[in-house]
This record gives sequence, structure tokens and C-alpha cells, in this order.
Amino acid sequence: MILLWMIVILMAGGVLAGIVATWSTVWCRIIALTSVILDTLLIGWIWAGQEVSLQPGATWIAEVNLPWIPSFGISFHLALDGLSLLMLALTFFLGIFAVLLSWNEIQYRTGFFHFNLLWVLAGIAGVFVTLDLFLLYFFWEVMLIPMYFLIGIWGHANRQYAAYKFFIFTQASGLLMLLAILGLYFVHGNQTSVYTFEYSDLLNTPMSADLARWLMLGFLAAFLVKLPVVPFHTWLPDAHSEAPTAGSFILAGLMLKTGAYGLIRFALPLFPGPAVEFAPWGMLLGTVGIVYGAVQAFSQTDLKRLVAYTSVSHMGFVMLGVFAFTEIALQGVVMQMITHAISTGALFVLAGALYERMHTRDILQMGGFWKRTPFMATVSLVFVMASLGLPGLGNFIAEFLTLLGAWPASPVLTAIATAGLVAATAYSLRIMQKIFLGKDSHTHVLPDLSLREKLILVPLAVVIIMLGLFPQRVIDTARATVEISDKQQNTTPVPVRGMLSEKGGNHE
Amino acid sequence: MIHLLWLIPTLPFLGALTLVLAGSSLPRRIAAIIGCGSIGLAALITLLIGYEFLTTHTRAYHDVAWSWFAVADLSVGFSFHLDALSLVFLFVITFVGFLIHLYSVGFMHDDEGFTRFFAYLNLFVCAMLLLVLADNLVLLYLGWEGVGLCSYLLIGFWYDEEKNGYAARKAFIMTRVGDTALAIGLFMLFGVFHTLDIQEILTKAPQLWSPGSQTATLIAFLLLGGAVGKSAQLPLQSWLPDAMAGPSPVSALIHAATMVTAGVYLIARMHGIYELAPLAQLWVGIIGAITLLIAGCSALTQNDLKRVLAYSTISQIGYMFLALGIGAWSAAVFHFMIHAFFKALLFLAAGTVIWALHHEHDMFNMGGLRKRMPVVYWTFLTGAGSLAAIPLVTAGFYSKDQILWLAWGGAQGNLWFFVAALTGAFITSVYTFRMVFVTFFGEEKTHVGHHPGRLMNVPLIVLAVLSLAGGLIELPHTLGHVTLMSDLLGPVLPSTVLRAGAESSEIVIQLIAATVALSGVLLAYILYIVKPAVADDIKSSCYEVHRLWYAGWRFDDLYNVLIVRPFVWLSQINKHDVIDRFYAGLVAGTEYFGRTFARTQTGVLRWYIMGITAGAVLILALSLVINP
Repeated sequence: MILLWMIVILMAGGVLAGIVATWSTVWCRIIALTSVILDTLLIGWIWAGQEVSLQPGATWIAEVNLPWIPSFGISFHLALDGLSLLMLALTFFLGIFAVLLSWNEIQYRTGFFHFNLLWVLAGIAGVFVTLDLFLLYFFWEVMLIPMYFLIGIWGHANRQYAAYKFFIFTQASGLLMLLAILGLYFVHGNQTSVYTFEYSDLLNTPMSADLARWLMLGFLAAFLVKLPVVPFHTWLPDAHSEAPTAGSFILAGLMLKTGAYGLIRFALPLFPGPAVEFAPWGMLLGTVGIVYGAVQAFSQTDLKRLVAYTSVSHMGFVMLGVFAFTEIALQGVVMQMITHAISTGALFVLAGALYERMHTRDILQMGGFWKRTPFMATVSLVFVMASLGLPGLGNFIAEFLTLLGAWPASPVLTAIATAGLVAATAYSLRIMQKIFLGKDSHTHVLPDLSLREKLILVPLAVVIIMLGLFPQRVIDTARATVEISDKQQNTTPVPVRGMLSEKGGNHE
Repeated sequence: MIHLLWLIPTLPFLGALTLVLAGSSLPRRIAAIIGCGSIGLAALITLLIGYEFLTTHTRAYHDVAWSWFAVADLSVGFSFHLDALSLVFLFVITFVGFLIHLYSVGFMHDDEGFTRFFAYLNLFVCAMLLLVLADNLVLLYLGWEGVGLCSYLLIGFWYDEEKNGYAARKAFIMTRVGDTALAIGLFMLFGVFHTLDIQEILTKAPQLWSPGSQTATLIAFLLLGGAVGKSAQLPLQSWLPDAMAGPSPVSALIHAATMVTAGVYLIARMHGIYELAPLAQLWVGIIGAITLLIAGCSALTQNDLKRVLAYSTISQIGYMFLALGIGAWSAAVFHFMIHAFFKALLFLAAGTVIWALHHEHDMFNMGGLRKRMPVVYWTFLTGAGSLAAIPLVTAGFYSKDQILWLAWGGAQGNLWFFVAALTGAFITSVYTFRMVFVTFFGEEKTHVGHHPGRLMNVPLIVLAVLSLAGGLIELPHTLGHVTLMSDLLGPVLPSTVLRAGAESSEIVIQLIAATVALSGVLLAYILYIVKPAVADDIKSSCYEVHRLWYAGWRFDDLYNVLIVRPFVWLSQINKHDVIDRFYAGLVAGTEYFGRTFARTQTGVLRWYIMGITAGAVLILALSLVINP
């Protein structure tokens, strides 16, 4: 039941905050903050108490299964395993900062803003725990529509365009997923005469290879667009740069991760055979994304757009790792989901902080800020270094594991992806140079970080360093899930697995 | 005592942390005490541990701080491995590091980034110590990248200048190109051995690979790629001269004594793999030989005092690579240590000169400093003598002579290596004494602004003593036969096999080397003291060659044309993302069709009836044609 409560708290908190805002915006913010903190405490409490059941083969840490529309085989089935736990913890932890970020920035229609904010979080949390495919689609939409409003109402100058673009990309791909879900539902129903959307029942549904391929593509459409994978990424730079700070923060930190989570939880286990067939292409797409995103990031002058392209590059590692089908790579992917959320989220916070001070996101108009904002510069340095994969910070563990695990699957692609780190160095150092180094020839009033901003950025910096030095706790938590999905792939015939490496190599 | 090993990297780390957190609010005095104190304590502990290590004849000491991460069959610890090789490096890093920290207190005294400087410097020492203490390649990689970061921060320390930032980025990015190769090497090693523990790999390698194995060779080349990046060897050498944009103590510590020799450490550490990959090892030697020559030529033409030293560093590391390439492992490490002494000394002394002359870098604007700055003059002269390998009295003679001798007499040596090393030795002594004569002799061209205090002089004197006496720990058997260094390294690094029947020629080689070094000094004396006009004549008669050497053989231009400009161009031209055009086209298409069909909604009834009729006819016609 605790899972249900976590989502209900967010939804109810959103409604309440929306209502209260008519009298007091401060109370509206406090209510929103309280509900995410409450959820963070709950998930922290679960994590602290769940040492034992994280062993492989254990059942769910927490589960709730209520009938919803029994005649269609739809149930309200939520369950929590190690991976979901990490993702929920991430969602609520970042959720706190999303509320804090908006404290000064959002000054009109505050109630509706917080309603949307909490509902986005609820939708994301729901995706991370649902085990019913119908429910999955439901939550997929719950996170989409409030986000559309967040961008469209509180965004920057070109917000309408960005919001539409975001909505159409994700909605169109989501519909393809709905089609695939329905397809799977009927195939399973025809074969067993049990019509159900239940995840565990739909696993191992026997079907023709061709059909499985098409259905998988439906799922992939939604997840790859969300991740995003080149060439489906073009909604992201617009959405990221036009959204308010909290919006970009959630988009980069959490919403992209639903795509990665969907791949690991749904696309691969439901269609193991076609997934293996697709693997070389998946790895290729990942590598292209890494390089393309990095090259694109280098030329951007809009800070938020630049960071958005770094996201494209970093999410390439997710594709590369997921389709490498090794335990090490998959652990790297899980780590990447967490560390990228924190480091990129923090970069958006910094972009927001600079925008608040200068009213521009153009890095060509910045430079030499180190003297005036040493604290901000030092914190930025940490996250910039995280983004270029400096060892000692969490992102290094993620990228190192991903590449190490992907090596046996495709040496050539892994080598290219590794070379992409040089481009990552180039764009990351460019951020530092253009904003904090160089000559300071500006007249702006440029105060260093305020206490509220420090409260957001310092914990994020601490977490990214801790993840870099002591990542084992996270790895252990995800282990059970990762081992299961790794084993599933191992059941596929050996020749196919053997082809993986050759094919991967030949795609050059 | 030896169980305090973990404190050696921890102390500088805590120092850096304190300085970062305290920020510029800290009084300079306290910042200096924290900055120097942490390194000083680390040096002290190193000495004590070294003493215990030597007296108890420990072979290796292993210490796990904590288990870093473990996935599937990969298990990586934050763990240290101390043996003779790491001990030598530890000693140089902490001891020379401490002297440079002391010097910096004087040198940076009026800089507004005083605290920041010491924070970076401490962090650098911590990363460098981790690099040499790591028992596995992932931790080594952490140190490897960590020193890269600190190098970036310190080259660009005076960030107001756009060109300093450029030099800093160039250094970071170019070394990262090498790091990519290193990382791929790690992936391959893990694929083969399922571990990244260095000792385990070294034990297993001979069992798994036969000499000349393809995989071993490929891996050895990949590791070499990392090494040439960090150690500024061909083809990734061109970042180091620009790195001189950093403050002089930084050049002394990072770009002379420690970080740039990380590549030497890596190859020496992984020597077991190179022994199984003779081809790769040969190439280590070839790269070293070519680099030492081309960098030496460039050093001959520079006017900026620090750039001469930078090219000289590249060239001297070339000697170390040459030594590694011929299997003269302990000779490479010996030369590393002596080089750290005299090159740190030269950089600090040069830094003092530049500091005293109000940031004048061009040595042709100096002159006559022999009388004005005697301490600097004598210490610089000592360092220069050591660099030029002046026979018998300097440490540089003994370390370089060993490499020259083994290039000739070693089983893996050959005539080409020997000739390259000998030519390099001649060039070295010419450019070194060119520096000495131009800077300290002749008439005074720039007035000395301020004189260095004791904090800056003492490190110079200590390093000068080491540059002379350091050689006494390893003397050739023709001259005293002391083998403390090679005995110490014996258990870690294999000894060098001599070519059959070559022993007798050692004294001849030594005489040749001595003559070459001295004639280089003589030539410099003639060209820059006796007949300066001749030097100008030579310069103008081969102007093109001079320009080529002056520009570092135009490697920068080559990379600009081949890599940098295409990358920037590609990135710029696609700034608005060509893929988005496709979606924009989709939108435009949809809108176009929408508008077109909207026009059919005219409200005129007869058109609608017409449409219905035409449609019906069309459908009927089609159903007649297409018969199911």
C-alpha cells in the first residue's frame, strides 16, 4: 500500500496546493514541498530497511495489486524492486529541489504550477512502479500533459512552439506504444483466452517473430523518443531551453529516465528475441547519439540548449549499455540514469541562476565571472567535470561500466563512444571558459549563490561526489533487477549472441 | 609505520578540501601553512616509510582503503600498492613537491588567488600520489585524470588572459586523446584477464600470452597511446610548450617533475606486457628517440626561457622513453628522478628570474644576471650542468650516460638509438648553455625589480645539491660502481641484459658522451659569448628551418587543419541541427495539405454534389477494374 500512498500524496498534494494558492502562495509552496519531502522520507525508510530482499530471486520489496477494471483485465498493480526503488528515490529527491527552484522564479498562477509540478512527479513515479501495461500508458499520459502546461505557460519567449513540439513528439510515440500494448493484449488473449494487461502474464507470450518485432518497435518508439535517441531528439533542445528551470530540471533529470527505464523494464523482457536482433542497431544508435550530441553541444551558444545536447550525448550511453546485454554495462546504465539526472539537473539550475541574474542564456555575453561568483564557479566546476566523466565523480562510474561492459559486445562502437569523451571534454571546458574564465567586462550586478540556491546545489554536488567514491550501495540495490534482465537475454540462442559482436563491428 | 601509507595521499586531499571550503577568506599565512604543511607531513611520512621499507627489506605492501565498486567479475578497490617503483615516485612527488610548495609561498605572495593556488596544488599532489600508489588500473586512471584536471586548472590559473585558457583547454583535450587509447586498453585488458589489478595482470600475462602475441602488442600500443599524451611525446607533444602559461612553480611541479613523467611510470609499471610485445616496446624507443631530437631542435630556437625548458622537458622524457624501449627500466626511472631534481630547479630558477624582471620571458632581454642574482645564477648553472650532463660532477651525467651506454651496449639497443641519443646529448648541451650565457652573461638589459627572499632561495639550493649529489646512488662500474638504485628496483623491474662482448666498450662510450657534452658547451660559448654575430648568421642563412623548429615543427598547424577546424566547422554549420529540418518539413507539408483541402470547403452546394458524384463514379470504376 505504501506505493499507492506515495503517488496519492503527490496527487493530493498537487490538488491541495492548487486550491490553497488562491489565499496564500507561500502555503502553496510549503504544501508542495511537504508532500515531496514526505515521499522522500518514505522511500528513504524503505531503502534503509530493505537490505535482505535485494538479493537475487527475491520477490518485490513492496507491492500493491487492486482490481481496477476487471472485465478488461486491468488492475492497479504497482510493485517495487531495486531499480524502481532507485528511480523513486531519485524522483522524490529531485522533486524537493524542483519545488525549491521555483520559489522565486514562478510568480503567476502559482497554484496551477505546483499542481502540474506534483502531477508530473506523480506520473513519473507511477511509471517507475507500474506492473500493468494499461496503467503504464495511463501514467505515461499523466506525466505528459502537466509538463506541456509547465513549458507552455511558464516557459521563456518561444514557449508555445516548444510545448507543442514536445507534446506532439511524445504523444505520437506514446500512441504507438498504446497500439503495441493493445496488440500484445489481444495476442496474449487469443492464445490463452486470458485477456490481461498484467506484466508478469504477458512475459513469454508466444508469438511469431515478425509480430514480436512490430510490437517491440511500438514500445521502442515511445522509449527512444523519450530518451531521446538521435534522430528523434529534436524536441529536446527546444523543450529544455524554453521550459522554466524546474521544468528543465525535471525533464532532464527524470523524464528522460522513464525512457531508459522503459527499455530495461518493458521493451527487453517482453520481446527478448527481437531485442537481440535489434541490439547492433541499438548500440549503433547509441554511439551516433554520443558523438552527434557532443558535436552539436560544442557549437551552441544558448547555455540551456548546450546542456540539452549534452543530454543527448549522455543518453547515448544508455542505448549503448542497454543493448550490450552484459551485467556490467547494465549497471553502468542504471548508474548513468542517476548521475546524469543529478549532474545535468544541476547544470540547468546553474543556467537558471545565471538567467535570473543576467536575463540571457547566451554564453557569448558572459565571461570572467569567477572573481565575482567564486562559489558558483566552484560548484559549476564540479558538475562540468562530472559531465566530461572525471573519475571520482559519479558519472565516471556510469560511463566506465557502460563502456567496459559494451566492449565485448562491440569493440568498434565502444571505441568510437570512448573517443566521444574527447568531444565531451571540448564542450564541457567551453562552458567553464565562456562563463567563468576569461576577461570580466560586464556591468551586471552579479551576486554569488543565495542560500536557497546553495541548499539546492550543495547537496547535489555532495551526492555526485559520494556516488563517485562510494557507488557500491547503488550497485547492490540494482543488482537483483540487473541480473534478472541479464539472464533473460542469456536464454537467447548462443549463435545470435555471437552475431552481436560481429554485427556490431560490421556496422561501420 | 608502513600502515600509515594511506595518510600520504589523504593529507594533501584534506589540505585541498580545507582550502577550497575556506575559500579566499582564509589569511594567507594560514593558507600557506595548510598548503605546505600537508605536503610536508606527507613527505615526512614517505621518508619514514621509505626507511622502514628499506631496512626491513619489504618487497611490497598492500593496503585496501575501501572496496570502490564491484559488478559481476569486476572488483575494484580503492587500494594501494607500495613497492620500490612507487616508492621512488612517492619520494620525488612529496619531497620535490614540498620544496615547490615552499617556493610558491614566496612566488605567489602578492597574487589574489593565493588560496585557490594552493588548493589546486594540493589536489594535484593527491591525484599524483594516487596514480603511483594505485594497485589497479581504474584507480590509476582516477589519478591520471585527476592530475589532468589540476594541470588544466593551473595552466589556466591566471584566467583573465584568453590565451591561458586556450592553453589549458589544449592541454586537457590533447591528453584526453591519449587517455581514450588508455581507456580502450583497460577494456581490452579486462576482456582478457577479467581483472584490472596490476599485479594480477602482470602475473597472468606471461602464462596467457606468448612473446609477440597480437593482443599483447595491441594492448601495449594502446597503453603507449595514453603515455604519449600525458608525457608529451610524439605525436601528442605540442600541448606542453603552451602549458608554460601557468605560473612557474606549476611548470616545475606538474610539467617537469611529476605529471609529465606519468607515462614513464605507466610503461615501467606495465613492463611485463611490453616484454611480451617486443614490437610495441621497440616503438616506445623509436618514439622516444625521434621526440628527443625534434624537441631538442625546437629548444635551440626558442627565445622564451620557459619554452626552452618546456621543449627540453619533452626531449628529456624522450630519453626516458628510449630507455624503456630498450628495456633499461631502472635507467629510465633513475633519469626520471634526476630529471625531476634538475628540471624543477631550472624552472624555479627561471621563474625567479622572470618574477624579478617583471614577467619578462624573453631571455634576449635579460643578460648580465650573474652578478645581480648570484644565488639564482649558481643554482641555475648547477641545474644546467646536470641537464647538459657535464661529466663526473653532475648527477645528470650519470643518469644520461647509463641510457647512452645501454642504447649501445644493451641487448635491445642498436646503433640508431645510440646515434640519436648522442646527437640529442649534443643538442641538449648547446641549448642549455645558450640559455645560461644569454641570460646570465653579457650586459644587463632589464633592471632587476625585486630580489627573492629566503623562501624562494632555499628550495633552489636544496635542489641544486640534489642535482649534483643525486647521481651518487648509481655509478657505472668504470667509476666507483655503486648500484643502490638498480638494487632497489631489482625486485620490481627486470635488469637489463647486455649485448655479448659489449662490456669492454663502456669506457669508450663514456668518453664519447663526455666529449660530446663538453663540445656542446664550447659551441654555445663560441656562438653566444665570443662571436654572437655567427649565431645570427646561422639563423638568417637557414631561416626556414629556424621558423619550422621555432614553431615546434608545425604540429599545431597540422592538427588545426586536420582536426580542430573540421570539428569546429562541422559543429558550427550544423548549429541548428539539420535533423530538425526534416520535422519542420513534416509540419510544413501537413500545413500545406491542410490549407489545400480547406479550400474545397466553399459552401457552394453544387460543388459538393459534383464531388459526391465524381467520387461515386471513381469508386464504381475502380471496383470494375479491380476484380477480387
